[in-house]
Amino acid sequence: MTIQFNDETFRGDYSFKNSDWAIQRFPFPFHEDSYMYSVNMEQHRGGPKGSIYEKRFDVDEHYLAEMRDRAMVLDDDPLRCQSLPHMTLAGWDLLELIMVSKSEDYPDLFELHRNGDQWRWINKPMGIDDSFTFLDAATLPYGPMEYITRQAQGDFAVLDQRDDNLWMDAGMITTQADWSLDFDIGMNFFEWHAPVPLAHEKGIFVRALKFLLNIQQGAPARRLNWTMTVNPLLDTSPENYHKWGVQKTEITPENIGSKQHLRVELQTFFRLPRSNALVFPIRCYLCNFQDLMSMPKWGRRLHRVIRDLPEELATYKGFIDNRPMMLDYLEKFDDGLPTSPGIWPEFETEPPLQK
Amino acid sequence: MSGAEKIDVTVTEIVPVNALVKRFKFERRDGGLLPTFSGGAHTVVEMKDGDITRLNPYSLMSDPMDQSAYTISVRRDDEGRGGSLFMHNKVSVGDEMVISYPVNLFSLDLRAKKHLFLAGGIGITPFLSQIKQCERLGDAWELHYACRNAALGSYVDELTAAHPFEAHVYYDDEKQVIALENLLNGQPIGTHVYVCGPKGMITWVRATAEKLGWPREAVHYEEFLAPQPGKPFEVRLAVSNKTIQVGKDESLLEAMERSGVDAPYLCRGGACGQCETRVIDYAGAFIHRDHWLEDDEHASGEKIMPCVSRFEGKTLVLDR
Ligand code: HEM
Ligand code: FES
Repeated sequence: MTIQFNDETFRGDYSFKNSDWAIQRFPFPFHEDSYMYSVNMEQHRGGPKGSIYEKRFDVDEHYLAEMRDRAMVLDDDPLRCQSLPHMTLAGWDLLELIMVSKSEDYPDLFELHRNGDQWRWINKPMGIDDSFTFLDAATLPYGPMEYITRQAQGDFAVLDQRDDNLWMDAGMITTQADWSLDFDIGMNFFEWHAPVPLAHEKGIFVRALKFLLNIQQGAPARRLNWTMTVNPLLDTSPENYHKWGVQKTEITPENIGSKQHLRVELQTFFRLPRSNALVFPIRCYLCNFQDLMSMPKWGRRLHRVIRDLPEELATYKGFIDNRPMMLDYLEKFDDGLPTSPGIWPEFETEPPLQK
Repeated sequence: MSGAEKIDVTVTEIVPVNALVKRFKFERRDGGLLPTFSGGAHTVVEMKDGDITRLNPYSLMSDPMDQSAYTISVRRDDEGRGGSLFMHNKVSVGDEMVISYPVNLFSLDLRAKKHLFLAGGIGITPFLSQIKQCERLGDAWELHYACRNAALGSYVDELTAAHPFEAHVYYDDEKQVIALENLLNGQPIGTHVYVCGPKGMITWVRATAEKLGWPREAVHYEEFLAPQPGKPFEVRLAVSNKTIQVGKDESLLEAMERSGVDAPYLCRGGACGQCETRVIDYAGAFIHRDHWLEDDEHASGEKIMPCVSRFEGKTLVLDR
């Protein structure tokens, strides 16, 4: 399938929009009618055709607009991209992983030609055709991690593995759900997860870390995480809270369907071969409530999940104040019928709304 | 499926290195490229020895950036359970084998200002790939390598010829010993030390470094234990609802696999923690041999690492 890239914005006039195709393949994160933190990890080895799980790095209609938004964030704040000196090799690993995956998975969009250390990379959508020497940073316009992540959707945390822990020693973080690379850089797995409520007590992080330390080359893993965002904003960083925080108060019963977005992160985990580091791509998908409601199953389920979500989670995710208004809206799409298990919309088989 | 991803390979070269060690070269059967890896990684080699399948880990010693072939060196162990004897006596050039993707439990700390490598005997192999990685990246390193005698010093000539200033060799039969305290004291700040060799050497290096005030995270070690033979014993696997016999020459993990139980593992040498199994009930004594569990866990009778540890007694029931 050839992808039609949208001409759209994630700021100012917020012209971001999902096509019908994007809505159908949206990674709705709830496989049942309730939600609690868990060690929800599975292997990342493809998935249903056309789904966001199919390719190693999903490319969709928002690609070019997201890359433009990233460039603007970096212009304003270069500290969104950092790499401690010992992480350069991991940066090359990541560059190789993305170039190889994208050129194999999307041969009509990306090409990689390798002759020993002499590499040529062609990114057709972005109009890039660069030749460089692998492992020689002087031959690229940026460091290897920055170079490739300016051409790949989603954030990237690159973790060094040592002392039976993971350390956030590099990253490209411009589309984050309210956390800061500049604050977290150099921290370990437990330190950067410290603000998360309830999960520590449930032993989730101890088990999750054990799993991550044992992720091996050739066997990547994935999980979904989610939160809520008002307006289709990619950059909900603490650095810019003064700009986006107030927008949460601009929600009204009239505009909530179009302004309130479910924000879902497809998080994947790959072992990097040369450095033995781990890369954690965090791919953000946004979908507003009214588009979600076009799938009857999602309408029923989202209402039940948000209604029953523990207060600690609604507070941590930053929507506790707006929850009553959300429920007033969502309740109209819940007729009390049972829902089928799993995250897929089952549009053909799920009964239409009986209300 | 347990363990790392598999790769189908052909044995393309076997070179006797000395009286005890042979080197094996593997290339992909489909002609494609092998994954790159990081210095210090190992691969698990599957050996089909009659109706027994053994899976033994060996350090990759080739250049991590060379994707055309992997090489390993195998030291013959005449007392062992037969994995190394199988490699030495039954494997020929042209044989098809299955190996795992590289797994690294002994990687370089890339923050180090300098890497100090201490090798004993066949413990040299992970350093061979690490040295190639350091050379490629321009990292500072130094090797101190103790072997029994000149005739059994695997790769001594290659190392000292290519790296006359970095590689230092000590022969036991000439009473040469690494002057460890001096060596450690003389290192620049930011040096990391890595040791791979017999158990006694690892204990000595760790204890000396600790005494001299080295930070724990700057001292790295790898000791692969080969599972040891022992008395046969019986085990009840509660989840699989099976009672199995562990033979004298097989490990508990191998016995589980033989009876069709897909038990988790990675290193098969007591180091990675993947195979950790809960003990539900027992009457008898554990023979713990792993490096994974803490001493109090060994004493508790609540956990066992089936890749290397055994049991003697009447009843053992596992949560598997
Ligand atoms: C190495 C990979 C990972 C990185 C870099 C990472 C990073 C982060 C960061 C930066 C946060 C935000 C914390 C804050 O409020 O400042 C977070 C939240 C969280 N992380 Fe992770 N994480 C990783 C893996 C995992 C895994 C494997 C789990 C599995 C259970 C997990 C569970 C969570 C949960 C439950 C939250 C709270 C999210 C929410 O409610 O929105 N993380 N993570
Ligand atoms: S498999 Fe690694 S400790 Fe048992």
